Amino acid sequence: MTVIVIAGGLSHERDVSLRSGRRVAQALRDAGHTVVETDVDADLVELIRGTEGAVVVPMLHGGLGEDGALREVLEVLGVPFVGPTGEASRLTFDKSIATSVVRAAGLAATQQIALPHDIFRELGAPALMEAIGQQLGYPLMVKPSRSGSALGVTKVDDAAALPGALVAAYAYGPVAVIEEYLHGTEVAVTVLDEGEGPVALPPVEIRPESGVYDYESRYTAGATRFVTPAELSDGELNAAQDLAVAVHQALGLRHLSRVDMIVTAEGPVFFEGNVAPGMTETSLAPLAFEAAGRELGDVFSVLISGVRAE
Amino acid sequence: MTEQVRHDTRLDRFVDNYSDRTQGMRVSAVRALFAVANRPEIVSLAGGMPNIADLPLAGIADSMAEMIRTRGTQVMQYGSGQGEPGFREQILSVMALEGITAHPDDVVVTAGSQQGLDLVTRIFCNPGDVILAESPSYVGALGTFLSYQTEVVHVTSDDNGINPEALRETIANVQAQGKKIKFLYTIPNYNNPSGVTQPLARRQEVVEICHTAGVLVVEDNPYGLLSLDAEPIPAMRSLNDEVIYLGSFSKTFAPGFRVGWVLAPHAVREKLVLAQESATLCPPVFSQFAIGNYLTNHDWLGQVHIFRDMYRERRDAMLTTLSEVMPAGTSWTRPAGGFFVWVTLPEGLDSQAMLPRGVNARVAFVPGSAFYADGQGARNVRLSFCFPPADRIQLGVKRFADVVRRELEVMSTFGVHTSPIEPRMPSGPAPDLS
Repeated sequence: MTVIVIAGGLSHERDVSLRSGRRVAQALRDAGHTVVETDVDADLVELIRGTEGAVVVPMLHGGLGEDGALREVLEVLGVPFVGPTGEASRLTFDKSIATSVVRAAGLAATQQIALPHDIFRELGAPALMEAIGQQLGYPLMVKPSRSGSALGVTKVDDAAALPGALVAAYAYGPVAVIEEYLHGTEVAVTVLDEGEGPVALPPVEIRPESGVYDYESRYTAGATRFVTPAELSDGELNAAQDLAVAVHQALGLRHLSRVDMIVTAEGPVFFEGNVAPGMTETSLAPLAFEAAGRELGDVFSVLISGVRAE
Repeated sequence: MTEQVRHDTRLDRFVDNYSDRTQGMRVSAVRALFAVANRPEIVSLAGGMPNIADLPLAGIADSMAEMIRTRGTQVMQYGSGQGEPGFREQILSVMALEGITAHPDDVVVTAGSQQGLDLVTRIFCNPGDVILAESPSYVGALGTFLSYQTEVVHVTSDDNGINPEALRETIANVQAQGKKIKFLYTIPNYNNPSGVTQPLARRQEVVEICHTAGVLVVEDNPYGLLSLDAEPIPAMRSLNDEVIYLGSFSKTFAPGFRVGWVLAPHAVREKLVLAQESATLCPPVFSQFAIGNYLTNHDWLGQVHIFRDMYRERRDAMLTTLSEVMPAGTSWTRPAGGFFVWVTLPEGLDSQAMLPRGVNARVAFVPGSAFYADGQGARNVRLSFCFPPADRIQLGVKRFADVVRRELEVMSTFGVHTSPIEPRMPSGPAPDLS
């Protein structure tokens, strides 16, 4: 068996993807696997077809790595791969769709509005922005609907800052999500399903030194404190883990996902799901593995064995 | 939940041990966006890599092999902290092309001129000292200056480089605040990033103003021999022996050898050598011999003329395409040499916010804010014409124009205007970005 780790791609998160891919590939080699690392290019399909007994580990972040496109190609090729299906990835990657699906399942999700740029142009931006501000209140969050690593994400404290935040989000894609700002503890819950049903790993609490968990805080070692399990009551920890598993199931995810949420005074509230959680030196899922007494190579080895048997 | 040990980490157990000067060294989202630029689908107008494909590689390989066979134990041994004496003599002949006469004892060889800049900053600057720089200025220099915790004050510049009146005013203002100006840093030839060249009269005036005010001038001249329209203008160092001059073989030969030099007055040179020895013991010996070999055995100046012809074609492709496709309200410089064109976008645009749109459109560029230490440059973009061939440059500029048009549309919807970006460690592309 040869494990093909795909990383890189052309998304805004290429750099993060390459780092995740290298780390997973090394962990798998250390665990005794034969590993080929590859980028997304014109040779990829041929490589997969020409590799006997291939199992793919997509470590692409953003773009076609997380929007389901590449995974659907893998399904067409009939090659087993680790992680959610193309269809589930498509639902999860778009923040506006994921939130709707989660809410429709009766789960707590952030209140948000998803709008393309064109509607602001056609209806008049000032009036529409004023209405949004009145509806959601300030502060609020503005994000590209399809992006990761907090790229293009802005916390907006007042109406004057909203236009600039929208411009920043639209630079990443045609649809922006404007959502309520939730006060509480930010946690990330990794969900692992090794064949016996999804299990939530210990929630990781995120405490950026700058107060904002932006790109710098995510990928500069030392810039953020991570507390695992989060400093929450047992009841809150259980509720966060329950929500994570429920979201994982509602979105039709499999094998491995990460569910991001804010634990408010009223309970945990979902705001984002990840079908290809980061595996870099500063990423959240590896911290959860560690807290669960697992190692990266071990987790992926089990998942690879599982998909081969499926 | 069962009782569990709580793990509290910042993922860097040495995080409290770092010096104050490293506090600004953080991962940058802007820099991460450049990660896609080396992919073939992207037309990169971002990097500053010289195109060395035209070098006579077979001939160079033969002479290098001969060098190793005949002098291998010498060229692979430690060497002088100041640089090899014979090589320093050769450097004098290179500088003579731009009017500089000097003694080989006053040359210190460095690991690229970037290390020369580091050594100069190290020996002169304390935290809080002021360094004057053009407006805009080279991102790599700004990074060095800020890493030594200095304050960079930009001097207003125009189509002929540093504005003399602004220079006088800035010096007076800074000195009136009781701050010490350690030097003026300038790239008088085909400035990176603006592409602007200071005419001889302007150089004389700038040198005179600084001399009178007791401000040292550091002249960085990596592109001087890459003049595309006329013969090189005499260097500032040729006008005043107290000017500290930084030279480089990275653009006239190849950057991988990492060889540059500093020409400095005797007393300064002595300190530079001591600083060099504490930093690296000696500059790369093999590289010095390799370049010396190239200068001796190849028509290196003829090769520079080949480079000039190649860069001229690329520059012309960029300037012609810009004039054909850019929307109204955009302006740009017309460099007479070097690698870069400096674009000023229509009122209201923010080039840094626009960069992700560029990645989506498969074109990379460097936002202007990378070239300021004080948050200016939001409306500017550096486009490089050094690496992609002319047809790719044309394609890239067309994509860039589309990105600007689309951004204008979004900006007009929201009525947003650019505002200064929060000052921080400037972040440019990595050196290996094409």
